[in-house]
Order: sequence, then C-alpha cells, then structure tokens
Amino acid sequence: MSSSLLSSEPSSAGPALHASDPGAPKRAFSVSFEHVGKSFGSGRDVHHVLHDVDFTARPGEVVAILGPSGCGKSTLLRAAAGLDTASSGRVLIDGTPVSGIDPRCAVAFQEPRLLPWRSVRENIRLGLPDGRGRDEGGTVVEKLLRLVGLTAHAGHRPREISGGMAQRASLARALARNPGVLLLDEPFGALDALTRLKMQDLLLTVHAAQPTTVLLVTHDVDEALQLADRIIVLGRAPGAAADRPASITTVLDVPGERPRDRASEILAELRVRLLGHLGVDAHHNTATR
Amino acid sequence: MTQKLAPLDGGLPAAPDADAPAPPTAPRSRPLLRAGLGLALPAVLLALWHVLSTAGVFSHVQLPPPLTVLEAGIGLLAGGDLWTHVGISTQRVALGFLIGAGLGLAAGSFIGLSRWGSALVAPTIGAFRAVPSLAWVPLLLLWIGLGEDSKVTLVAIGAFFPVYTTVASALRHVDRNLVEAARAFGLDGLRLLTQVQLPAVMPSVVSGLRLALAQAWLFLVAAELLGASMGLGWLLTDSQNNGRTDRLLLAIVLLAVLGKLSDALLGVFEKWAVKKWA
Repeated sequence: MSSSLLSSEPSSAGPALHASDPGAPKRAFSVSFEHVGKSFGSGRDVHHVLHDVDFTARPGEVVAILGPSGCGKSTLLRAAAGLDTASSGRVLIDGTPVSGIDPRCAVAFQEPRLLPWRSVRENIRLGLPDGRGRDEGGTVVEKLLRLVGLTAHAGHRPREISGGMAQRASLARALARNPGVLLLDEPFGALDALTRLKMQDLLLTVHAAQPTTVLLVTHDVDEALQLADRIIVLGRAPGAAADRPASITTVLDVPGERPRDRASEILAELRVRLLGHLGVDAHHNTATR
Repeated sequence: MTQKLAPLDGGLPAAPDADAPAPPTAPRSRPLLRAGLGLALPAVLLALWHVLSTAGVFSHVQLPPPLTVLEAGIGLLAGGDLWTHVGISTQRVALGFLIGAGLGLAAGSFIGLSRWGSALVAPTIGAFRAVPSLAWVPLLLLWIGLGEDSKVTLVAIGAFFPVYTTVASALRHVDRNLVEAARAFGLDGLRLLTQVQLPAVMPSVVSGLRLALAQAWLFLVAAELLGASMGLGWLLTDSQNNGRTDRLLLAIVLLAVLGKLSDALLGVFEKWAVKKWA
C-alpha cells in the first residue's frame, strides 16, 4: 500500500485489504429487497413509512438511495443491516435472509459514532470480525489507517480530530469488518461541502481497493451521480397524501466510468431529471438548448 | 473543517489539522496551597478543642484535651491493640465494600439495561434500601452469628445500594447511537456492557463507588457497635462503658482519618478513570 492509493486513479489501488487473509476472501454480495414494507407504532397510531420496496443490488455495485428527508431511506438501510426488521417482505443478502445483526454487513452512520474513550486505532479495531488473530487484525487496522489517511492520528481520541477525520475513522471501522455489503447512511451529510467532495473521492478509492457492494443513502443528488452505478429514488406517488408510505418511484442507471467529470453535461441532464423526481424545480432553461 | 486527504503513507510529519479541537487543558491549580487550606480548619478545631478542655469549660471526663487522646493512642499502640482495631475495621470495610460494590454493579447493570428486570425487581430493591442499617443487625446476628461474616455482610449491604442506584440510572441514559453502532459491529451482552455501556457511564460509576465507601464505614460502625469484640466501633462502646472519653475521641478521630484516607485513595482512582474513559 502506498500513497498511490488516493491518487486520482482509484483503479491503480493496491491489493485488497484482506487479501492476505485466507479466512476472509474478497467479498461482495447481492442485496435483494423483496416487497419490503415498514410501519411504526400499532393500532390507530400506526405510521406506514415504506411500502413494497422491491429491487436487487448486484454484487460489487454501488447503489445510491435518494429521497427527501423522512421518506424512509435510513429505515431501508437499517433493515439490510439487521438493526431493524421489516414489517412485511424480507431482505436477502447473497440469497439468504437477514435476521438480526448481520456479520456480512458493515454500517457507517451519519454521525461518526466513535467510542470517545478509545483512540482512533482502537475504534477501527472494534470493526474487526470475531475470531481474528490479534496480529493479523493489527495489520488490517494499520492498512486501513493508511487507506483513509489517519496513520498520523491513530493514537488520538475522537474529540481531538476534526469531523471529517472522525468520519474517515468511521468508514475504516466499517471496512475492518471485511463486509460483503457496505451500508452508508448519509455518511458525508454532516460535513462541509469541500470535505464532502474529498470524502466522495476517498469512497471511490476504498471501493476500488475493496470492491464490496455499497448501498449509499443520501439526499445529495450530485453525490449520488458522482458515486453510484444506479440510483434509486424513494418517494410518495405524485399527489399522494403526506402520511402515505414511500416506495421506489424511479430507478436510474448512471452512465460513465468513475471517477466522473463533475461538470459533465450528461450528469447535468440527469441532475435535472432527478431533482424533478424529488419535487424540486431545477430552474433549468430548456429554451436555450 | 478543511483538511488534507493526502498523503496517506504517513511519510510526512504529523501536521495536526488547524481546525482540530485542541485537547482540553486542565486549569492550573496549586495542590500544595489547596492541601494547606484544607488543613487550616482542622488545626483551628484542634486549637479550640485544646483551649476548651484546658480552660475548664468542660471537665476532662466530658472532653479530655487532645494530648490526653494522643497519649491514649500511644498507650493502645504500645499494647498492640490499636493496630488490631484499625486492621480489622479496615479489613471489614475493604471486603464488604468489594463484595457490595461488585453486587451493586451487577444488579445495577441488569436493572439499568432490562426494562422487564427493572419493572420486576426495582421496587423490591427500593423497599430494602429504605431499611435503616441498624435494623439489619439483630437479624444478621441471628442468621449468620457473631463472626466476621455478619459484619462484612452488613458493610456489603451498605456499599451495595449507592452503586446499584447510580449505575442503574446512569445506564438508562447511555447514548443510544453509540450502543447501536457497537451492536452493528457485533457487540452484545456482556461484551457490549463491559466495552461500551459501562465505560460510557464511568464517571457515574466512580461517584457511586465513593458514596458506597462512605456508606461502608457508616455500616461498619453499626455492625461493630452491636456484637463485636474488636474494631473501632467496638472501641467506641467499650470506651463508653469504661468512661474512657479519651479513647472514645480517639476512635472518632481515627474513623474520620481512615474514612478520608480511603476516600482520597478512591479519588486518585477516579481521576485516572475519568481521564481514561471520559
């Protein structure tokens, strides 16, 4: 592993992080949502959030789940992680249903959620799967520290580093689990705009080094266009009442190899369409084209 | 919040981010001055005691002068009895405190984390907690007898409740997000408790331990006042029966000093624990 890992060409990334570990081969699993519905509460207070969500992410694919806030994006992700159970339907990973916390998944949340009394290194170590030798685990952690650029801050406590660094540590902790499915719940949402762009590039590098399936929840259209192979838009049917459950309204293939030109015209066109699906006026002047 | 992503090889010197929050610096304190100030009031009390007893305001039976108390201490020390009393009392407190605090930690963890456990057990424990320490003594003597076990048990009862209460209530307020993240990485049960939940409430745990230690000394005296043949509590009753006010005062001073010393010891542990976990 060298500094080339974060060069502008993620495809030149070094060998997979867990490649030296015979017990943990490179993993990328399919994720299938089969008619997933979710409601909270019971009786008269029941609140339906999701209804009949049905799609499959292919192994190694990056899928962005886009939608307005409160539409159940995170709920969908939590169902895949086993942190929540679906009220109806089921989630399959690699063909087998998710029940309870799934060791094949790793999650990075919107907040870093690092243990404040542990160093960055020890926090990343928390992500290591069970039954791994201490030395072997240590090697993986050091590689991950280099991958996310935190080697110099490995001994710091979370409160001693910036928000972007904490979020990188959170990402490294998730990768330490050698996940077949990486679940990212608006992981860059709380960061400033510049840091967010850098984190997006980092995610592409990470994905090149460890080509796992990624489900990325976001409300940032540009982020989805920059990172995803496919974009799934969650939302309510047009004209539906606000208390109706959300479902998939659109599935969009994003063309082009990553990293994509942020100024690409095709992406600009897609952005307008996506914003339209999200009910936002892009103020795009079609007459001049 | 701008920061450099590269370099990643760690080859460059660690340039700390300009926006990274600086580690909190402790306010400058002068420990010697503080200790001196803390000793000022005891010195004044000692002087007042000396004046009141030698000026004839109180008779020597009511209030023997400090020097007489010191002589009583030297006398007991020479006979070897003083160490016996101090030793056995310290041992009872230490054992009872360890047992009671351990059980309090276990019960507090269970009831703080389990809603059902809390609903089922918490009211009963609350009722037992309301029983005054002295009320246990006759029962413990009857059941366990006059030996060490009954005293250590009473001290353990005293140490149990503060730890139980603070741990149980603190665990109810652990950051849910943190616990959820740890669960998502496969921690559960005892590992979740010891690696996430208890460390998260460490400051409360330690303050519970300090309360428990104070209670332990309180319950020790209750245990030794009734049915003991040695210890500082026994020294109190024995001195009262024999009209030895000097020894009585000596026992009180010793209890104060021992209580303060053990609390200071726990204070050192608290500083270390808070630095490590907070």
